[in-house]
Amino acid sequence: MKLLLLAYKNLNRKKIRSFLTIFGVAIAVAVLVILLGFSIGYNHSLTSDIDKMGYQVLITAKGCPYEAATLMLKGGGGLQYMPQDVYNKVVSDPRIDKLTPQLMQTVYDDQLQDGKGGFVLYMGVEKSYLELKPWSTFEAGNWFSSNNAEEVIMGYEAAELEQRTVGDKVLIPKLNKVLTVVGVFKRTGTQDDGVIFIPLKTAQKIFNLSDKLSGIGIKLKELGTLPDFEKDLYDVPSIQVVSMAQVKNTVLSLVSTTKTLITSIAIVAIFIAIIGVIDTILMSVFERTQEIGVMKAIGASKSDVFKLIWMETVLICTVGGIGGILIAIFGGSVVEHFVRKVLPYAPTGKLLFISPKLLLISLLGAIVLGLISGIYPALRASMMRPIEAIRSGE
Amino acid sequence: MENIIEAGDLKKTYKLPGEEINALKGISFNVKHSEFVAIMGPSGAGKTTLLNLIGGLDNLSSGGLKVLGNEFSRLKEKDLSRIRRKSIGFVFQDFLLIPSLTALENVEMAMYLAKTDVNRENAVNILKRVGLGHRLKHLPYELSGGEMQRVAIARALAISPKIILADEPTGNLDTKNSQNIFDLLKQLNEEEGLTVMMATHNTKLGYQSKRAILMRDGNIEEDQKITGD
Repeated sequence: MKLLLLAYKNLNRKKIRSFLTIFGVAIAVAVLVILLGFSIGYNHSLTSDIDKMGYQVLITAKGCPYEAATLMLKGGGGLQYMPQDVYNKVVSDPRIDKLTPQLMQTVYDDQLQDGKGGFVLYMGVEKSYLELKPWSTFEAGNWFSSNNAEEVIMGYEAAELEQRTVGDKVLIPKLNKVLTVVGVFKRTGTQDDGVIFIPLKTAQKIFNLSDKLSGIGIKLKELGTLPDFEKDLYDVPSIQVVSMAQVKNTVLSLVSTTKTLITSIAIVAIFIAIIGVIDTILMSVFERTQEIGVMKAIGASKSDVFKLIWMETVLICTVGGIGGILIAIFGGSVVEHFVRKVLPYAPTGKLLFISPKLLLISLLGAIVLGLISGIYPALRASMMRPIEAIRSGE
Repeated sequence: MENIIEAGDLKKTYKLPGEEINALKGISFNVKHSEFVAIMGPSGAGKTTLLNLIGGLDNLSSGGLKVLGNEFSRLKEKDLSRIRRKSIGFVFQDFLLIPSLTALENVEMAMYLAKTDVNRENAVNILKRVGLGHRLKHLPYELSGGEMQRVAIARALAISPKIILADEPTGNLDTKNSQNIFDLLKQLNEEEGLTVMMATHNTKLGYQSKRAILMRDGNIEEDQKITGD
């Protein structure tokens, strides 16, 4: 306890120097917490996004797999179309548990966002859509009255954005088609919230894409049958089978470059912090040579001196660690905002997941950093011979 | 009375590149329990070297040195450190207090480092004993030179030593404070029976002690008892 008090008082002697060193450690720890939090949060959100798609496999028209992956996560199809025959071909496959055909279409609306313009997403669906997405329940209204009714169901955000509720009319821009709102979905926390749903047949008619589909979402009875299932469809021209696991991996590989970059920055920050701590403590050891000599002369053992210097280092790193955690907690949202802008695809959930466990691990990491950086200065101090140390001031 | 320090043909040589410095050239003397010995002589006479050897801070080159019954030439650093922490108190010219600790904390730290019980009441009493009862919570820079040296003496007393080794304890003090510090050391010697060895340039103070050893060029030139007249 006495040594800890002395360690604290020693650091307090050079306030600015101690503060700067602590700040360096804090930055390194903050970067580490944010990096790990991002890594966990991103995987978490992405997995949740993919799980909430409701299907494990999507059959789409052939195209760029990256584009397909991104577009799918943003709402459904690859925006290339395949013939409806494909649906008829797979519908009776015994390996399939549930499936739903989709027709995705985007229409530019120059009235959107106060005149700035933007794309509205429309999706033609059948009732089987609800079987694959059981969490899509109604805030108001109900399912379409028939397969070719001129009606829409709006995603929660789409309804909010366009200020529509059951009974209102919506106009599909350019096509000048007016449809009636029969239902509004509750918020699901997925990209579906921004979509306007239309009966599949109506959609095919309105968009002039009769007998076309942009995708078929499939839930297999057993995921293990996927490779065979995929192989069987290999020969069908102009389609591709994309499993959601693949989509996940594709997206993860897209962000892995960003992660590698942040990891390198974190490693450099930690390295600089270690050097900064060693430098500060070593400097203070040299400045206190005479003092350490006297301590040894009046009875301090090597281990006393070693412990004292080690405590100073650990104290710096612990306080720095706590500071870093606070920076990460309060500055994390700024970083999340920035990362969301630069990422090719950002999931809807929280990107940064800072758990108590992560904070604890980071704090322990900072303490270990202190223990490691303290070894050399503490060893130097403990090896000083009292007579030489005392003489050094003469 | 028994000898507390026995030195026989004590030599200390420092080896420097290209030359050897004979700091002590074979000196012999004994110090009895409760003696007050002033070691005097010009700079480079070997006063500090002698105190460092007696304090076990440095190793002797040859000869014999027995302190409190322990033959120092045979002891390792660890054992010397143990003897220092149990029985020898140091007072330095530059006070060498720990600047971040208060007067009281400096004394308590000495107790802690010497592995004796850290007893606050005892520490306060020691500081009162050296006349600093009103300066317990002051940091070294808030004290005068004389007061700092009193804290240093209190720190030396913290371990209840048998010997106090004071190296130029008045070297940085004015005449009045020098006399006060000397009087304090003398009082401790007379009232508590502490053996004091004090290296000093100050002949006026030196001759107020009971015995004066005059050194020159690593030899003892004169070793005289002072009767007090």
